[in-house]
Amino acid sequence: MSVLVIAEHDNSSLKLATLSAVTAALRISETVDVLVAGSDCGSVAEAASKVAGVKRVMHCDDPAYAHMLAENMAPLIVSMSEGFTHILAPATTAGKNIMPRVAADLDVAQISDIVDVVDADTFVRPIYAGNAMATVKSGDAVKVITVRGTAFDAADQTGGSGSIETVSAAETGDSSTFIGQELSKSERPELTAAKVVISGGRGMGSGENFKLIDAVADKLGAAVGASRAAVDAGYVPSDYQVGQTGKIVAPDLYVAVGISGAIQHLAGMKDSKVIVAINKDPEAPIFQVADFGLVADLFEALPELEAKLT
Amino acid sequence: MKVLVAVKRVIDYNVNVRVKADGSGVETSNVKMSMNPFDEIAVEEAVRLKEAGVADEVVAVTVGSAASQETLRTALAMGADRGIHVVSDEELQPLAVAKVLKSICLEETPDLVIVGKQAIDDDSSQTGQMLAAMMKWPQGTFASKVELNESKAVVIREVDGGLETVGLSMPCVVTTDLRLNEPRYASLPNIMKAKKKPIDEKQASELGVDIAPRLTVVNVSEPPKREAGIVVEDVSQLVDKLKNVAKVI
Repeated sequence: MSVLVIAEHDNSSLKLATLSAVTAALRISETVDVLVAGSDCGSVAEAASKVAGVKRVMHCDDPAYAHMLAENMAPLIVSMSEGFTHILAPATTAGKNIMPRVAADLDVAQISDIVDVVDADTFVRPIYAGNAMATVKSGDAVKVITVRGTAFDAADQTGGSGSIETVSAAETGDSSTFIGQELSKSERPELTAAKVVISGGRGMGSGENFKLIDAVADKLGAAVGASRAAVDAGYVPSDYQVGQTGKIVAPDLYVAVGISGAIQHLAGMKDSKVIVAINKDPEAPIFQVADFGLVADLFEALPELEAKLT
Repeated sequence: MKVLVAVKRVIDYNVNVRVKADGSGVETSNVKMSMNPFDEIAVEEAVRLKEAGVADEVVAVTVGSAASQETLRTALAMGADRGIHVVSDEELQPLAVAKVLKSICLEETPDLVIVGKQAIDDDSSQTGQMLAAMMKWPQGTFASKVELNESKAVVIREVDGGLETVGLSMPCVVTTDLRLNEPRYASLPNIMKAKKKPIDEKQASELGVDIAPRLTVVNVSEPPKREAGIVVEDVSQLVDKLKNVAKVI
């Protein structure tokens, strides 16, 4: 058995979600190769070759892969799929965009968002917003899988000594073109990789009031997230959303402020180690999953919390 | 221009889903069902294109049991012109649904297909991308804005780092994210009118595509339960607990 992991990167550095996918891959087989496809992404291939457990890095450099467009990535992955029993990618928006195309081209099922490897054919994945866990077995010759990053520890970024092989580009086209991107700029850690996350909900009342969250986040070195209600209300951009259909996080500490705790939100954060809820409504469902609940007006509690943190 | 939308009947998003005691799945009898919320957004987007004079016809498709017709009627009540019900009593997996939709696309030759980015039951998020691959069409997944001009679709996508804009040749597949629009409620007169709109019924088994499941469900279980903790008196006590008990700050 051998596993191909599709690296996610921005052409200069490897995204952490890739390291979790490598860990999942190593649970399946000792032979783990990584595909780094991009444009001027030599440094990423270098970095991938040093990840503990990686045997070989396939490096494909072509402008067509600069933005990892699914229409170009899928034919490349399919062209090099021979010999691999499993193809894994992180369950990020990039992985979710590309992998079903790979599966369809190979005429196999995709197993989305796995949280556990039972054996080489059998995997556990959440369904119904994590309200049930399904153990599924695949009979396909090649397993196409996306991996939930929070469910697997990141592989070590050092200690590996994989070889690097150059792979030539596969068929590319121009049916899809990258026009531009508007990336949220933040000095804070990435939401899905942060040790501490503090999220605001509808109770924040406005985008302006998120300053109160930011101030506490600065003290805690935390990433800032939000509930769907806060994003829909326009308080913060969509990439802040934590939940079933947004980002899945599992930090050491998750602080939910002014969030009632709909099941769709809980689906995105209930695997956090410690959950704190601050809400003025003592009946809010968020308190049922919180380790520490504080029934208080957030406009008083947040400044006080900021002041008391050193 | 013809727009095709696909809709799925799922357990209503407000229902607290229960796992069956025998581990075979989740309880679906006597449970409220409704249209997958992302599919409502897909129907809304298609209907708006028609209202704006961009689309001439909106065709809604569903794949599922006889009861799925209700979901198709909802799409018609929202403004779709006609429906196609591909009947299957077996629950089809995304690869099979994509194959069924491909066969419908070959017959209907739509210029644009809009589907939800994921169904809230199996949370797979695969069907749209798989259909696009099978048709060799480009895709605009997780769309928060779609603009059509000439023979091109410009799609703003919600990605992990923010927003990304792609230009797609048509025909193409778009999968909807939450911010694309706010779906309307079907009015009573429109619900009545929808009863007269045509629905074409086909049997999935007669489309000549391989719809056999590739994944076997070994077991469905409850996730580990999280116990409620304690309520703290004030901020000082909270900070103390986090520092000295949980030791996370």
